[in-house]
Amino acid sequence: MAVEHESRQKGLNPPEPVLLPGQTYASIDEQISAIVLKRPLTPGWLFGTLLSFAFIMLLTFTIVYLIARGIGIWGVDVPVAWGFAIANFVWWIGIGHAGTLISAILLLLNQKWRTSINRFAEAMTLFAVACAGLFPLLHLGRPWAFYWLFPYPNTMALWPQFRSPLIWDFFAVSTYLTVSLLFWYQGLIPDAAAVRDRAQNPLKRLFFGIVSLGWRGSAIHWKYYESSYWLLAALATPLVVSVHSIVSMDFAVGIVPGWHSTIFPPYFVAGAIFSGFAMVLTLAIPLRKFYHLEDMVTLRHLENMGKIVLATSLVVAYGYFQETLMAWYSGDRFEWYMVQDRAFGNYSFAFWLLLLCNVVAPQTLWVRKWRTNVLWLFVLSLIVQIGMWTERVVIVVQSLHRDFMPSAWHMYYPTVWDWAALTGSLGLFAGLFFLFIRILPMIPTHEVQKLAHEREPHPERENPAAAAKARP
Amino acid sequence: MPPIEREKGKGRREEGEEKRENPGSQFPIPLHEEMDPAMDRRAFLTLLGASLALAGLSGCTLRPPDEKIVPYVHPPDADEMTPGKPLFYATACPRNGYVDGVLVTSREGRPIKIEGNLLHPASLGASDAITQATLLEMYDPDRSQQVMHRGLPGTWDAFLGEANTYMQAQRAVRGAGLRVLTGSVTSPTLVAQIRAMQAQLPAMQWHQHEPISRDNVRAGAQMAFGRYADTLYDFTQSAVIVSLDGDFLLSMPGHVRYARDYAASRRVRTKACGPGQPAREIMSRLYVAESMPTLTGTMADHRLPLRARDIENVARALAQQVGVNGVAPTEPLPPEVAEWVAVAARDLQAFRGAGVIVPGDFQPPAVHALAHAMNAALGNTGKAVRYIAPVEAEPMDQAASFRKLVQDMQAGQVQMLIILSSNPVYTSPADLDFAGAMAKVPMSVHLGLYDDETSALCQWHIPETHYLETWSDGRAYDGTTTIMQPLIAPLYDNTRSAHELLDALLVPPGRAGHDIVKTFWSGQHRGADFEAFWRKSLNDGVAAHPLSLRRRGGTELSSGASVAGQVSLQAANPTSQPGSPSPVPGGGGLELIFRPDPTIWDGRYANNGWLQELPKPLTKLTWDNAVLMSPRTAEKLGLTRQGGTPGTHPESVPVVELRYRGRSVRGPVLILPGHPDGSATVTLGYGRTRAGHVGTGAGFNAYALRTSDALWHDDGLEIVRTDDLFSLGVTHSHQTMEGRDIVRIGSITQFRKDPHNPDGKEHVPNKPPMILPEAPPLPPSEYAWGMSIDNNVCIGCNACVVACQAENNIPVVGKEQVLGGREMHWLRIDRYYTGMDMERPTGTYFMPIPCMQCEKAPCELVCPVDATLHSDDGLNMMVYNRCVGTRYCSNNCPYKVRRFNFLQYADIAPVIQLMRNPEVTVRSRGVMEKCTYCVQRIQNAKIDAEVQDRKVGGDEVQTACQQACPTNAIVFGDINQPDSQVAQLKAEPHDYPLLAELGTRPRTTYLARLVNPNPEMRAE
Repeated sequence: MAVEHESRQKGLNPPEPVLLPGQTYASIDEQISAIVLKRPLTPGWLFGTLLSFAFIMLLTFTIVYLIARGIGIWGVDVPVAWGFAIANFVWWIGIGHAGTLISAILLLLNQKWRTSINRFAEAMTLFAVACAGLFPLLHLGRPWAFYWLFPYPNTMALWPQFRSPLIWDFFAVSTYLTVSLLFWYQGLIPDAAAVRDRAQNPLKRLFFGIVSLGWRGSAIHWKYYESSYWLLAALATPLVVSVHSIVSMDFAVGIVPGWHSTIFPPYFVAGAIFSGFAMVLTLAIPLRKFYHLEDMVTLRHLENMGKIVLATSLVVAYGYFQETLMAWYSGDRFEWYMVQDRAFGNYSFAFWLLLLCNVVAPQTLWVRKWRTNVLWLFVLSLIVQIGMWTERVVIVVQSLHRDFMPSAWHMYYPTVWDWAALTGSLGLFAGLFFLFIRILPMIPTHEVQKLAHEREPHPERENPAAAAKARP
Repeated sequence: MPPIEREKGKGRREEGEEKRENPGSQFPIPLHEEMDPAMDRRAFLTLLGASLALAGLSGCTLRPPDEKIVPYVHPPDADEMTPGKPLFYATACPRNGYVDGVLVTSREGRPIKIEGNLLHPASLGASDAITQATLLEMYDPDRSQQVMHRGLPGTWDAFLGEANTYMQAQRAVRGAGLRVLTGSVTSPTLVAQIRAMQAQLPAMQWHQHEPISRDNVRAGAQMAFGRYADTLYDFTQSAVIVSLDGDFLLSMPGHVRYARDYAASRRVRTKACGPGQPAREIMSRLYVAESMPTLTGTMADHRLPLRARDIENVARALAQQVGVNGVAPTEPLPPEVAEWVAVAARDLQAFRGAGVIVPGDFQPPAVHALAHAMNAALGNTGKAVRYIAPVEAEPMDQAASFRKLVQDMQAGQVQMLIILSSNPVYTSPADLDFAGAMAKVPMSVHLGLYDDETSALCQWHIPETHYLETWSDGRAYDGTTTIMQPLIAPLYDNTRSAHELLDALLVPPGRAGHDIVKTFWSGQHRGADFEAFWRKSLNDGVAAHPLSLRRRGGTELSSGASVAGQVSLQAANPTSQPGSPSPVPGGGGLELIFRPDPTIWDGRYANNGWLQELPKPLTKLTWDNAVLMSPRTAEKLGLTRQGGTPGTHPESVPVVELRYRGRSVRGPVLILPGHPDGSATVTLGYGRTRAGHVGTGAGFNAYALRTSDALWHDDGLEIVRTDDLFSLGVTHSHQTMEGRDIVRIGSITQFRKDPHNPDGKEHVPNKPPMILPEAPPLPPSEYAWGMSIDNNVCIGCNACVVACQAENNIPVVGKEQVLGGREMHWLRIDRYYTGMDMERPTGTYFMPIPCMQCEKAPCELVCPVDATLHSDDGLNMMVYNRCVGTRYCSNNCPYKVRRFNFLQYADIAPVIQLMRNPEVTVRSRGVMEKCTYCVQRIQNAKIDAEVQDRKVGGDEVQTACQQACPTNAIVFGDINQPDSQVAQLKAEPHDYPLLAELGTRPRTTYLARLVNPNPEMRAE
């Protein structure tokens, strides 16, 4: 924090370092593994975990009731046959984007600042995809038959219908989950080994011994590690774009006004990154505070993420603009009606709320003072998530509630079970995350150590000649 | 019915069944008590199997009637039941005394579908929504199954014993203390029985009370002719039709036939398109002056909304202008009304002898007398208007009769009261304390389908047989007589028909219904050929008897000329006649209008889920009645829709208190465009307290406001807003088409100029160009099923909706689910208003929406499991077993015709299962469903054709909706066969696909709606 004040007093804008001075290999190792190995149960963590657990119970109850009674416990109807469940699905999948984007794309682009945040961002991805994956299953009329979407061999020789975007979805999401999981796990291996080596408790040693898959840190290990990690990153990169593009096709392939739009894939991807980075901010800010990680998750990280949020907010705003423009320019009566209804109809409050959250509020990030204000970044990250969730709801619900036949128009009102499923999934996400931060090293030790290594003076690299001279 | 008789059919039943009849048992006897300790293993297993098969049927039995019933069309020896093959039986459905001829489909002895009887002149193969839905009434688990004595289970024998004592006492006083209360009666057998009773007990009295009373019609005829007469209209003969609040398309007796005839006068074709659809480019013109908007009003070329009490004045003005002597409006007409009257009068004059003036059943007698006079003055009598002797056996002033009964009861002069199939405690006018008077009757007997409000106050309640279980007879609006045969032996052993009850009272222990009816008819048709007559009458559903035939001279009242003379004499000063409502002195305020409910009628169908959930034609309201008023009146009273109060449904409406003649009820407000200002309409039949599980508690009771001197409308209503809000299950709340190309509306003149664009607007081509290349053409299929719906003659009556529900086992979901937008009707009727001002819409248009069976179906593309796919003959099929319920198909259906089982909607009550069509899968929860063009009927036709080695004919398959349609607006068939009716209709120039711009290429297409406005009328 001292550095922040200094730079402000000077009125200068030097880029914040990605690792504050004073951290050494040992201190990094010690600090990160201590969270897992030594830190006692704190009341705050316990409270957060139990609260999340309460919401997981709510989710469990909702699911049981849903399967017992039927999808009708939710507010869905005809014409609005998709409601919160699908909006939640799209929103969670979107959040799941930031993790892989940070770990894969930024790795390939050699962005050093990604290192300290990538582990928990990836964990966030996995948990978000887990939450997301619940909803398409639960929202089926007959969830027990979900596997019929899968091309498994069966005696009736029935296959799924491959023209349906829901099938593409099924594959896209499951691929994404697999690759993200592998990527996350591979990054975890050296760190798990480090924790194993420090662990006193034999049980913990056993657990981390299994997790680290016999990692010894030899040069060969590192060689294979690096090449496969980069390879996986390269594999994951297109997935970042593809998953949400395909999710967007659930809508774009439909003929519903408000869905049937070619801008949807890039617009959804931008929205996903937008909400994903907001979620990383939401998680990073309290984490660095409560676990005293300010040295490793510095203001530089937060500021960079703020910039990405700003950039993606502009892309999303462009998407909104394009949608409206094309509705008008196409001269399509139904599209144009949909735009008007979105702005002035039954759900207009949601539309203006999403504009406020997703377009207006992020504009504050143009100002460095706001961008580096940790509290504002935290608040803004929440605003953006609310805004993006609202956007998903508007796309799903508002478009459906007034489509082609005025006779069929009907409102959608979420029931208590809609809210229970949403808050329950938030609880599941938070609960998994609480467990994660205490069970696994949340910051990639070896990568941060590499930063420390790179920061140390390396005379032979900078001035080989002088170094040679200095050698005895 | 003597026990001996009832034994006849018992041989077929299981042994364990016998004891169910155990008289006096309050509850079904548990299985273990029935078991004889000495029972052997075989008997035990038999009993076990029987009890399993009938578990849950709570004592009901299932078997064909014991007596010989005669199936339709098939030769007499082919009526043996073949498992898997349906049989059809003609009978008739009674309502308000009149019957409509029906043909009932029977499957393994179970009636599963009611359709119109082609041979019956009141039906001609069509039927209405209520008639179709009476099937559910028969299977209603809430039906009364037990003789009740003062609220406790009793027995028939105990009843007969007590009744005999009273009858003996009455014989001593010549029946002075005996009263029989019925509804309107046309049944010749029942009349003969009552006459026989009157012969034995000359001092007894027969009262009639029909809540939807036609006293005005009777009094109007009295006023015009000095005697009772029934009026018949022939709309095929009319060029100009003027209705004075006369809803001849939905509520008048004969409305099914009238709708058919009216449609014939409106149908426009450039070429002949099959039977009944000649080439014709002229239309009749319909003028309607009405209060509460009706289906007839929606069809009008010129509709004039008026308060109900203003109709009479318009009738007078019109009569004056068409040349009825000595009549003049009592008050000056507003200019708009005056213009309507003048234009209508000129049109009527121009088409003398080819016009018809239809007075409304609910308008005062003076309006009827004026209409008779006008029809006579215009020379319409004898052409489009004919008079016959009353079809009712004993027409009377029912209001007076009922009032007299209540007075006698209060005076203690009634010792024994027999109420046949009526519920007067609920339906009696509020100013007559019938319920209170019941306490003074020592012996009251109620025969009814339900243990209802009246039975609760009677000493004895006898459960009634449903008409599908009953031998009876009845006459249609035009006098056609049907001998009604049962489709099934009574489901419940303790039930009796009215004939059986009266017979048992007259000559204990009485005879079986079959014998009573057959004996009566053998007296009517003497001769050796009686058996042939009987068989033919049952087969046809129309009694081959002079009593029945409408065009035989005997029943025709008199020729037009003499009637005209009588009418003009008496109609000069019609309001002085009794019976017309007199304004309450100083009443003022709003006008209150009472109307029968379009679905549950007078309340007798309140426990019928199909009818409760059937959207009312104009309001699209389900499960409730409401206080209907115009937007302007609502605004004036500060009752415009307001919602959003915490804790209430966001779309709830204000509840008001109606104060009228010192009584008050509370009900929700529903705004109805086209309703006259200054009036409020309430429909009868709701607010039942003992209707059953379905009907009890729905809506509010408008009878509580209705008084015997003003049964249909009067001033003096005060509406007070309360703080309460109420949610109404409205299935179609948006009123306009939002400028979209949905119902094409054109005029006949424009049609003659450019039949392709009768509405004079630009349309996208029916097959818009696509960016994508056309898919390679499929191999030509043998059949290409398609449908044509003529918006021009669709009157929005809902007959097709119930027909579809019955045919396809469509569940009822309940009010909560309707509120949530989850009604399940595969076929719905959309209702749109046109015009900028919903206060005075320029038109109301109906459009039935089944599945369009798109050739390029958006739903099929998006189903991930291939549960909806296309057949080669063009059906968009739904594989229920494969559906996992993503509901993507519904989202992607632009017509929103797909329905989803959000919860377990299909009723699994055993007795309801008996009613199901075995050819249609009952859908479980989580599964999408939709219209299939009645694929089961198509398959049957294909099987039959294959067996006979021929092709299915182009018009051979009829869908359920098509079959029920009174106006033949729906035509289905094979469009591959150019001579099929549907192919010819699709070739009509004004045929169009709905939402053609989407490129879905629907197989269901529509014919544009045409109007025939009088150019003399100032543009509205």
